[in-house]
Amino acid sequence: MIRRTTIFAAMAFCSTFPQLASAVTNTPSLMEAAGRYAITSSSSIRFHVDQVGGGGIKGNFAKFSGSFNLKAGDLTHAMVSFELKPQSVATGQTRVDAFLRSSAVFDTDNYDTITFRSDRVDQTGPDSAHITGTLTAKGHSGAESFDVKLTSWNGRTIGFTVSGRILRSHYAMDVGTPIYSNVVEFDMMMQGQRN
Amino acid sequence: MHCHAKGPDRYGSLTITLHWLVAVLILGLIMLGFVMTRGSIDPALQFSLFQWHKSFGMLALLVSLIRFVHSLFAAQPKPVAGISPLEHRAARGMHHLLFLLALAVPLAGWMIASVSTLEIPTFAFDLFVIPHLPVAKSDAAEAWWTTAHAVLAYLVLALVALHASVALYHHYVRRDSVLLRMLGFRGHR
Repeated sequence: MIRRTTIFAAMAFCSTFPQLASAVTNTPSLMEAAGRYAITSSSSIRFHVDQVGGGGIKGNFAKFSGSFNLKAGDLTHAMVSFELKPQSVATGQTRVDAFLRSSAVFDTDNYDTITFRSDRVDQTGPDSAHITGTLTAKGHSGAESFDVKLTSWNGRTIGFTVSGRILRSHYAMDVGTPIYSNVVEFDMMMQGQRN
Repeated sequence: MHCHAKGPDRYGSLTITLHWLVAVLILGLIMLGFVMTRGSIDPALQFSLFQWHKSFGMLALLVSLIRFVHSLFAAQPKPVAGISPLEHRAARGMHHLLFLLALAVPLAGWMIASVSTLEIPTFAFDLFVIPHLPVAKSDAAEAWWTTAHAVLAYLVLALVALHASVALYHHYVRRDSVLLRMLGFRGHR
């Protein structure tokens, strides 16, 4: 979803300000990149939660899916949707994974999917955008935003980095605070393949 | 702890305060330990109770350490009249053992947190971080220290029960001042 939004942003920006397109290597023109993309499994969804005294919990989600639709010159109508399966969380610690899946955090028995739907895309640079949308997790929905930066484009696939900070307390997942930060920092690499 | 035939006939207020403070902490921590390790407990509540257990465990260690150091220097009351030398030695042995375990049990708990590969910080009462002990981390070491902590805690519970039973025996059967002295009364009944 984030990838899609980023692509939209990059495309719309390039169509509006073509002189800035050269600022990013292989930045596609809007006409070039327009289309519907599927987020591929080569993407990575990594996260980090700081803990008091240094260090923290790092992990990733292995199962996710999503798509985005880029319309030439129409950034405001970029549509991004993304879903991930919290059951696929992995931190390298079996006990931590089990705790994250439990009712204390994701409660995967009752909420098997976390979703994001974009509401707005704002261009922030020749190859970057700010995506705002609605995140739904554990029965709670909230407005969240991510920063997206275009990293690759080969005419058929497009890549982005996506970063964002989400407060666990908005989704009834703030167990362990203040030992563990209320903030989850996401560091994602999104790859989209044109359908 | 020391026997002074010509010592005071009651315990000092600090000795009494530390004794009952350690008693409350130990019994509270054992009860908390039972609750937080139940298999059916809510995982979020369990995490929270573990952190409270660690915080109060560290407090118990600190108070026990203060109590131990204080006992080395505080004047000990003279034995209650009617106590035989054998009984006095048995009482001293029990007191030494309880002193030792009051330090060993929380230290074993500190070892669990220190060797655990989970590396969960000990954030005492959400105020300050107590660093882990400089020991190697492994699941095997965590399992060993968890067992040691539990066994020592059960031993403390058994000895405290015996200790309290003997105090009640002195109070209700022997009708001497052994218990009353630890409640702040003078050593005559």
